[in-house]
Amino acid sequence: MSSGLLYALAGVLLSGIGLAGFLLLAHLLRRLLAFNLIGSGVFLVLVGLAQHRSGPDPVPQALVLTGIVVAIAATALAIVLIRRYFHLTGHTSLSAGSAADHGGAGS
Amino acid sequence: MAGLLFTPLAWAALSLLLDFRWGRRLSWLGMLIQVLVSLALWFAVVEGGGFFYALGGWEAPLGIALRVDGLAVTFVLLTAAVATACGLHAGVYLDAGKPWQRYFWPLFWFLWAGLNGVWLGADLFNLYVGLELISLAAVGLVALGGDAAALRAALRYLFAALLGSLAYLLGVALVYGRFGTLSLAVVDELLVTGEPALTMALLLMLAGLALKTALFPMHFWLPPAHGIAKSPVSALLSGLVVKASFYIAARLWLELGDRLGGQWLAQFIGVLGAAAVLWGSWLAFRQPHLKQVVAYSSVAQIGYLFLLFPLTFAVAEPVSLLAQQGMTLQVISHALAKSAMFLAAGNLILSVRSKRVDALGGVSHYLPFSLFSFGLAGVSLMGLPPTGGFAAKWLLLQASLASGQWWWVAVLLLGGVLAAAYVFRIYRATFLEDSDSDEFYHPPRSLEVIPMVLALLALGLGLVAEPVLSVLALPFEVVAGVEAAQP
Repeated sequence: MSSGLLYALAGVLLSGIGLAGFLLLAHLLRRLLAFNLIGSGVFLVLVGLAQHRSGPDPVPQALVLTGIVVAIAATALAIVLIRRYFHLTGHTSLSAGSAADHGGAGS
Repeated sequence: MAGLLFTPLAWAALSLLLDFRWGRRLSWLGMLIQVLVSLALWFAVVEGGGFFYALGGWEAPLGIALRVDGLAVTFVLLTAAVATACGLHAGVYLDAGKPWQRYFWPLFWFLWAGLNGVWLGADLFNLYVGLELISLAAVGLVALGGDAAALRAALRYLFAALLGSLAYLLGVALVYGRFGTLSLAVVDELLVTGEPALTMALLLMLAGLALKTALFPMHFWLPPAHGIAKSPVSALLSGLVVKASFYIAARLWLELGDRLGGQWLAQFIGVLGAAAVLWGSWLAFRQPHLKQVVAYSSVAQIGYLFLLFPLTFAVAEPVSLLAQQGMTLQVISHALAKSAMFLAAGNLILSVRSKRVDALGGVSHYLPFSLFSFGLAGVSLMGLPPTGGFAAKWLLLQASLASGQWWWVAVLLLGGVLAAAYVFRIYRATFLEDSDSDEFYHPPRSLEVIPMVLALLALGLGLVAEPVLSVLALPFEVVAGVEAAQP
């Protein structure tokens, strides 16, 4: 097994762990971290799978750089929203909030 | 070309420095330029056919390749029309006194740039970047100045959108790992027979995109987000944003689906679409809040789009073309009708100061114009002639009969009846006179005109369907030759 394939498999494993966390956890910050974990796993797959006969392929590395920028932007936006949400409601998860002030939802 | 992608980004950056009123003036100028450039590009493609364009002279893979064909320019033009209407409406609708409203314009322009990027993008990774730009801007717009409920809807939307994007990106990684290219056209050429790993990639991409398009049963995030946002924002989101991820899914399916997909996948997606039509319409009928009705109606109308998958798989070429034309008309007519509906609903809500359907009693006397726009848009959603919705459903109906998949006909007909049910429920509420309050606020005239124009466009689309479709037929013939010439 080549090292590239090993990276890709590790990436799949990381994405799996992240996905489990993303779906199972309720705390918003933990879900955000889980999202970042999935993202890192996907980046590993992207870099690891694309090995050429002449060594590593530079294109996916450029793509991953872009991907990291996108992930940072998304994380920053999510943190701002979570912080504001916490200040307004005092909750750290979406499900707890919807039970507490259900009357406000959708009105 | 740069006018379509970079000037919206420039407007976004500039309007970040200005307050709401100056941002509005800047955006009027920007919207005018965007409409003119989109029109010019549309005429260029009508005259000369589609072409590939390497941005800044940089070739793929490092450069950004754009694919300009009839479908893409039609959607660019549609975006220009709907976004301009929403922008003009927002300029009057939003309260200029609130300090956070100045962020509306940058987000609006980022959204527009992302949409144009997706319509024109030719490689899988740039489509991802465009999608993310759209999602982040859309989430920001939902959350803008909102209360806890709006933030909760925005967070739910954000998490769904992010998960969808990553699933798509993982699929892209698998495709790149196999072929070493991101260009959809080149992948299409290199792909000779189906491979299980690539079917996996297609499944991942389609699942991610379906989540972002809010296909049943992954629609949970859409109604709260679209229902709670400000009306011009809801109109943008329902009219354009969900179409972007669907557009990518449709492109993938049409290029690669015949080798990587299967009858089981096509029928499965079709069944999900049919379920979305029926379940979404039923829920729309049951909602107590006006904007929730319109939002669930979007879930239903998105369902029709996904009938494209079974109707283009393993069928004769003319049938597939019929289905593609029907899908395109459905995208256009839904974008126009739904944005008209949301803007009109915003006027009605502004007028009665309540978001509940049963508070609308008597509004028919005071706001007949907005109510009429709402109804016209509703007629298009129901699919009655001569609207664009009718033309779209007629084409889909013909495609399902011609391909022998008669079961979709039942979905199309039942969906129309259910749409009539939820639109007439609103109408019934507006004519009831038992409401206690007879105080109605009159929104400015310009707010009433804009949804009317959009609704009339949706209505007129059925009459000009032929010329519109003749442009759409270009991509499937002319550009096929260009693709073959690509390395």
